[in-house]
Amino acid sequence: MHSDTRAPLPLKLAAAGGLFFLLAPIALIFVYAFTTEEKSFQWPPPGFTLKWLGVTLNRPDVWEALFLSLRVAAISTVIALALGTLTAAAVARSRFFGRETISLLVILPIALPGIITGISLRSAFSLLEIPFSTWTIVLGHATFCIVIVYNNAVARFRRTSGALIDAAMDLGADGVQTFTLVILPNIATALLAGGMLAFALSFDEVIVTTFTAGQQTTLPIWMLEELVRPRQRPVTNVVAMAVVLVTVLPILAAYYLTRDGEHTAGAEK
Amino acid sequence: MDEVDLAIRDGEFFTMLGPSGSGKTTCLRLIAGFEQPTAGHIEIFGERADGVPPYLRNVNTVFQSYALFPHMNVLDNVAFGLRVKGVSRVERLKAAEEALAMVELAGYGSRRAGELSGGQRQRVALARALINKPRVLLLDEPLGALDLKLREQMQEELRKLQRALGLTFVFVTHDQEEALSMADRVAVFAEGRIQQVGSAEDIYRRPASRFVADFVGSSNVIPADFAGVGAAGQWASLRPEDITLDPAGREAVVTGRYFHGRVVKLALDVGGQALTALVAPRDDLPDAGRATRIAWDPARVHLMERGS
Repeated sequence: MHSDTRAPLPLKLAAAGGLFFLLAPIALIFVYAFTTEEKSFQWPPPGFTLKWLGVTLNRPDVWEALFLSLRVAAISTVIALALGTLTAAAVARSRFFGRETISLLVILPIALPGIITGISLRSAFSLLEIPFSTWTIVLGHATFCIVIVYNNAVARFRRTSGALIDAAMDLGADGVQTFTLVILPNIATALLAGGMLAFALSFDEVIVTTFTAGQQTTLPIWMLEELVRPRQRPVTNVVAMAVVLVTVLPILAAYYLTRDGEHTAGAEK
Repeated sequence: MDEVDLAIRDGEFFTMLGPSGSGKTTCLRLIAGFEQPTAGHIEIFGERADGVPPYLRNVNTVFQSYALFPHMNVLDNVAFGLRVKGVSRVERLKAAEEALAMVELAGYGSRRAGELSGGQRQRVALARALINKPRVLLLDEPLGALDLKLREQMQEELRKLQRALGLTFVFVTHDQEEALSMADRVAVFAEGRIQQVGSAEDIYRRPASRFVADFVGSSNVIPADFAGVGAAGQWASLRPEDITLDPAGREAVVTGRYFHGRVVKLALDVGGQALTALVAPRDDLPDAGRATRIAWDPARVHLMERGS
């Protein structure tokens, strides 16, 4: 939707200013990835070089952190897809005692400050004497990844007519066939979008990870540590640049995928 | 839903008629297997069907909302029933083409459901349900979303199809005219119970209760002694079209006159009893507020078994 009248100049300036304020720091990170000065951030940069890309590639700690982050994000997303979809199906498709409560409880982890989730998970782990590992990080991330998938899936389930499931069963499809041939194709884009968002969120999560990680460092945690003790500082910027790309692309893709799903049919009259 | 005792005959066009919330759709969903009875049982061709899931019943449904699969084209929609049975792709698409031709939609196979008109979607839903060769076809207000012209055309086609295939059709509707014109037999539902089962003419001419008389063709439900057919305390049904203007008849005051095209509806007051009459349009019909005289043939008055 757009109007024909043109925006007045002051409004344009204000909008440009707002965007500049939001995006300039990110651009700075990109610029400093190529600076020749390695101890401190100096403006303007004394010179530009590509050597930090090479340095970054040869640092094993970067790779370790990256792979841990990818692994955690992938596993959390898979768990979230399974549990989030099932919860959404139950909440959207059937009525049972406590349904509203469950839908609130599922959303709670994302409404709660991450620090609360982190502290409570940490105390739970130590109470149960669970040693910190990749899996404790995964558990922490899954709490909010489920919410993302759930929200996407529940909205799609509500827009998908229940009569489609009736129709499939009526035509002879058993439960598995109904799921794979009718339900899944209708919710697939929502799951893909939810999964991508969940992956992106998990990938740059810091707070919950701090409490559940033990000795391991995920990529965001590694970056935080690098900032505290300066050594080859632009390496952090190179990694930051990579993180921006890795997170922005799925989010953009998710945006385009859900936009097309607006007219999910089946309830046409 | 309350106790419902119903036997539908093989090969008949059976209509379940009732206002929304009367239990007719629930009854249909019980036959289809989407819902299970809490008590009692269902038999389909002599076999116990309660507890049998919908996909194991030899019964197919045409849904009110059509419920075409939005992610498939028309041909795949129609072929779905054969696909889940494991029929090969070539074979099932051929059968689907034939089914589409039967509902006069040959050549529409590659379209999406969203690109079709309401009437066309209706036909696709019909073809999709019939491809499984069910012995019973359930239709849940299938014509409700169509405009009048199209609805009348589809009514005729459904009737023809049912006769040609020799199938049992169970048709749910809240439209009494539709029910009367299509069905071999009609069951009138209200408040989760069956009020009456019978042929269309039976239901119309001899309504068993005030509800049936009023719901089917909005009859005048009047005290029997007033109608001149029975004792006080009994109720009688007098069809509005059976009341005639007659100079030798009873005195009545016209309280309203409504032109409906083919007929004129007169609201009448006969000594405190409100009556509705349907008469042929004429130039000399009395205006609202005027007195007139009316009569009816006592043989056309039906004395009802139940007052409620």
